Amino acid sequence: MESWSGGVMSNSSILQRSGVPALPSAVDEGLRSELQKQGIFTITLGELYNWGRRNSVWPLQFGLACCAIEMIATSMARYDLARFGAEVFRPSPRQADLMIVAGTVTKKMAPQVVRLFNQMAEPKYVIAMGACAISGGPFKQGYNVLKGIDRYIPVDVHIPGCPPRPEALLHAFMTLQNKIDGQQLTGAGRPRHLNAEAPSEFPVPKFGAHDLEPPNNPDLWRPPGKGREKLNS
Amino acid sequence: MIPLEQIKALIAAAVPGARVEIVPNDSPSGQRSLLVDSGHGAAAAAFLRDDLELRLDYCSNATGVDWPELEISEKVKVRKVVEGVEKEVEEVKKTRRPGFLETVYHLYSMEKKHGPVILRLRTENRVDRNHLPSLTPVWRSCEFQEREIYDLYGIIFDGHPDLRRILMWDGFADYPMRRDYVPPDDYEYEPTPHDEVLERAKRHCPPEAKA
Amino acid sequence: MSVAAEPPVKNYEVLPKGAANSSTEGELLEVAMGPHHPSTHGVFRMDVVLDGERVVKLKPVFGYLHRNHEKIAEGTTYLSSMPYTDRLDYFCSLTNNWAYALAVEKLAGLQVPERAEYIRVITAELTRLQNHTCLIGFLLQDMGALGTPLMYAFREREKILDLFEGLTGARMMCNYMRFGGCRVDLPAGWLEQARQVVENYPHFLDEYERLLNENEILIARSQGVGVLSRELAVNAGITGPMLRASGVNYDVRKVDRYGFYERFEFKIPLGDHGDVFDRYMIRLLEMRESLKILRSALADIPSGPVMDPKAKLRGFRPKAGEAYGRIEAPKGELGFYLISDGSPNPYRYRVRPPSLINLTILEDLCLGQLVADVVVILGSVDIVLGEVDR
Repeated sequence: MESWSGGVMSNSSILQRSGVPALPSAVDEGLRSELQKQGIFTITLGELYNWGRRNSVWPLQFGLACCAIEMIATSMARYDLARFGAEVFRPSPRQADLMIVAGTVTKKMAPQVVRLFNQMAEPKYVIAMGACAISGGPFKQGYNVLKGIDRYIPVDVHIPGCPPRPEALLHAFMTLQNKIDGQQLTGAGRPRHLNAEAPSEFPVPKFGAHDLEPPNNPDLWRPPGKGREKLNS
Repeated sequence: MIPLEQIKALIAAAVPGARVEIVPNDSPSGQRSLLVDSGHGAAAAAFLRDDLELRLDYCSNATGVDWPELEISEKVKVRKVVEGVEKEVEEVKKTRRPGFLETVYHLYSMEKKHGPVILRLRTENRVDRNHLPSLTPVWRSCEFQEREIYDLYGIIFDGHPDLRRILMWDGFADYPMRRDYVPPDDYEYEPTPHDEVLERAKRHCPPEAKA
Repeated sequence: MSVAAEPPVKNYEVLPKGAANSSTEGELLEVAMGPHHPSTHGVFRMDVVLDGERVVKLKPVFGYLHRNHEKIAEGTTYLSSMPYTDRLDYFCSLTNNWAYALAVEKLAGLQVPERAEYIRVITAELTRLQNHTCLIGFLLQDMGALGTPLMYAFREREKILDLFEGLTGARMMCNYMRFGGCRVDLPAGWLEQARQVVENYPHFLDEYERLLNENEILIARSQGVGVLSRELAVNAGITGPMLRASGVNYDVRKVDRYGFYERFEFKIPLGDHGDVFDRYMIRLLEMRESLKILRSALADIPSGPVMDPKAKLRGFRPKAGEAYGRIEAPKGELGFYLISDGSPNPYRYRVRPPSLINLTILEDLCLGQLVADVVVILGSVDIVLGEVDR
């Protein structure tokens, strides 16, 4: 009976493989397997809650540039994304859980991206797909290119690549699912939507005469200073 | 297709007062162009489109180019009196070529299947006299391309039906494709910074990390 | 008709049925479609002014993907700009590469060996196949066939992308052409695989046509919609399948005769009406012509070097001058205008984007149409924002 998953899986082995710390199990493993052999399955409320959320993450249909085509290819027949639960790509942010920022975010588009993120309902996640969404990518010298979407919104998973292969996007999706699995519902490490103090909407930048104002959100992102000895000299 | 000198003569005949020159091209492509003065640009364009032999009804490409002020130094041989003896001496002569902005149009004919005929219009300077006639009434394909040239170079096209910024947002105040544009300093990540990139990156460092 | 006085202030009036008269003619409704919209093919915004459902005014707004390709190119060498050209029209990276390589070869006077030209033709026609297939998938998706034609299209596209990956190492951003030839020669077995794909493609096209061509929703939504006249098409600089659907016989492959295209037998399909259905049919017919070219190219490809032995890759400094090179990309005429001043970087690097110029007449096509047709017309124009905004 242990091998039957039926959708309810024991999370600990997967999480150990991916390096994410497992939720503390309330039931001793030996007792659990004995009960399973008798047909009784035990699960904590946290695991069940996370299991439901991780297996039905609905992405927002939000493609900006070339990575969007690989995202579409991932959702097509060969690299099916629907088997991971991302069956429907919702066009409306109110109905989506996940924003895959696929492609270069330009300064002209950045306020719209932040506005869309604000309109998504919690719990919400962001995958920065491709080098451009992570840090500006090959276009980082551009005057109109935002050097990474994590300057304005919090990002959960980054996928490098230009464009990342569909398998890379699937791997990122699985990483996100494991991250959701490892979220504790109470305590200091609880996710944003269960934390009344954590902001879920972020200020939208405005168009200035030469650049966006502000050029980045200081609460979310600062230019990395530590660990770069040359800069500190 | 008839040679460029003949086209120049035809334009000069059809548009009285137009000053047409042939701009040479020394590269292996050999695509020489016609420089028309900006006052008669629209009339010359209309002639090129309507002339029965040329029928250049398709404007393929409209580009802006920025030529900033340039100091050209040439070595010239000058006869000078040096220590009482007249000799030929090499001297460096510096000339200033004033800066201007330019629009280049590539014209083809869909009817006759020939081309390209390259047309150039130049402004007087880069600062205030930067008006050029719009060729959108002649070829509709220039509409968005002239808007882009206005957005990125700052050339104002007289006669354009809807001249406003197209690629940058409306409140943007610079002309980014000009050679003297300084992009805003918003910290690009560079793994091994040195020289001026290091100086710029240091400005973004939080002060406590410098300790 | 008098309206009863109502104490609470309302900003609308509820009229009984049949009471509409000229004083109740509605105001115009301004809608911004995009930049985030499922059917705008990228980050593209249309500010539409509607009278009921009919379009009165339409202004396209773009620049949301303006990535400063031309400015970056002024700061990098000629060869380093080649990967950026992949990202212009990101469906068709190999034709973008070819257009740029052609422009630089014109500027520097480089010759391309025969085998390289054949490889260029083969990859360009494969690109055209997958571009038109995906476009029809997206067009049908805009019409409401949510997913199935697109799934079929991407299934075939993956086979062609396998070929590209085997040849260039990347599915999409191929970065394959060089000035004077191609980067590497064909790997062993590639020609066989390509011949397989080309042999099976007509069956897929037959299946696609059988499912779609006589579909009454497609016919009702596309015939007579978005009609583009010949004169406007020529004057507005429209190129590609959109121009040929309006009946103008202008294909850069036949006019400029670059890349040994005159060695291959292919026809140019022309449309009669210039509506969305014609553009859809033209693309299907062009795919069949591309298959003809592919069959003869794959059969006749000669052996030899793929790179001009005299071409210098390092320290490439073309002579000062300028050149304009253009090819027939799947979307239209893609041109590159380069001004060189003798240095390793171009002085001016300009892309002539077919999608941007094809958008010039979007307003003309949509005036008087229903707002649902705007989506279909935009789908038939075939834009890619990477090219429009560069």
